[in-house]
Amino acid sequence: MTWLLVIAGALVGAPVRYLLGVDAKYRLGGSFPWGTLAANAAACLVLGFVARGAVDGGLGSNVHLLLATGFCGALSTWSTFSYELLTLTSARRLAVAAGYLVLSVGGGVGLSFAGAAVADVVF
Amino acid sequence: MSFRRVLMRYSGLTVHRSRALHESAHSAQYGNVMLQKMALHAHTHPDHHPGIQRSVVAAVAVGGALGACARYGAERLWPTGGTHFPWTILLVNTVGCFLMGILMVTLKLRFPDAPRLISPMLGTGVLGGFTSFSHYTDGVRRLFEAGRPGYATGNLLLTVVTCLAGVSAGAVLTHLVLRGGYRPQGGTR
Repeated sequence: MTWLLVIAGALVGAPVRYLLGVDAKYRLGGSFPWGTLAANAAACLVLGFVARGAVDGGLGSNVHLLLATGFCGALSTWSTFSYELLTLTSARRLAVAAGYLVLSVGGGVGLSFAGAAVADVVF
Repeated sequence: MSFRRVLMRYSGLTVHRSRALHESAHSAQYGNVMLQKMALHAHTHPDHHPGIQRSVVAAVAVGGALGACARYGAERLWPTGGTHFPWTILLVNTVGCFLMGILMVTLKLRFPDAPRLISPMLGTGVLGGFTSFSHYTDGVRRLFEAGRPGYATGNLLLTVVTCLAGVSAGAVLTHLVLRGGYRPQGGTR
């Protein structure tokens, strides 16, 4: 049962990340990976909310498995993120790579706190 | 990056198909019989948004579910909740980045004509679902809130170092094995 919840969440999370990538390329063009940035940022915000809600708000472990482990886990990625950083670095776009890294990590941690803060208000 | 290259990268379109799309759009400007080809193309790719194919979306979904299950299995095997240092997700992310370096270079150098669903399924899907950026930042936040700023900062920096080392090592080693020398790719994605 727990595995099915994780699978259900990931079946949605991974394609949403892919579609965000396609959509960002289509709308914005260029080579900056806005799609991965948006997917990671959204996942950090939602996971901050769900993680706090599961602990303090009585969301329960099933919701946590579905949304945190499954959905947010599959929506966000380190592997694609790291390969994008490697590609930017290989292309000698060091400032862009550094900016992407700092924006992702700083923004991600900040949004994780923001999601938890929202959960504090809601629950 | 041109729209055509974007299409190729994200839809898994072959060069041939993409060129056909490009040419039929070009011909349409001159109003010749290629319009018929465009109609045929529109029929075979009914999705509204350009560049999106349902088979690729499905491959990413299935791969993502497999990757997430592997991550969940690791979390069950080595649980690291509470105020513990989140070694498990650090290991998962590092291994995932290492495998991504191997996969992308292997596909580029050895299997450039691999079936078009392979890269979205294994890269975007399996490895993307296996690794998790949000679980990384969640661990950092949790450690800060638990009054362990040293662990939190350590996790914050160590993950960046190990993941970047992982993807670089995977790419360089695969280059060395397949080509006998590493050459920076120089291109943009």
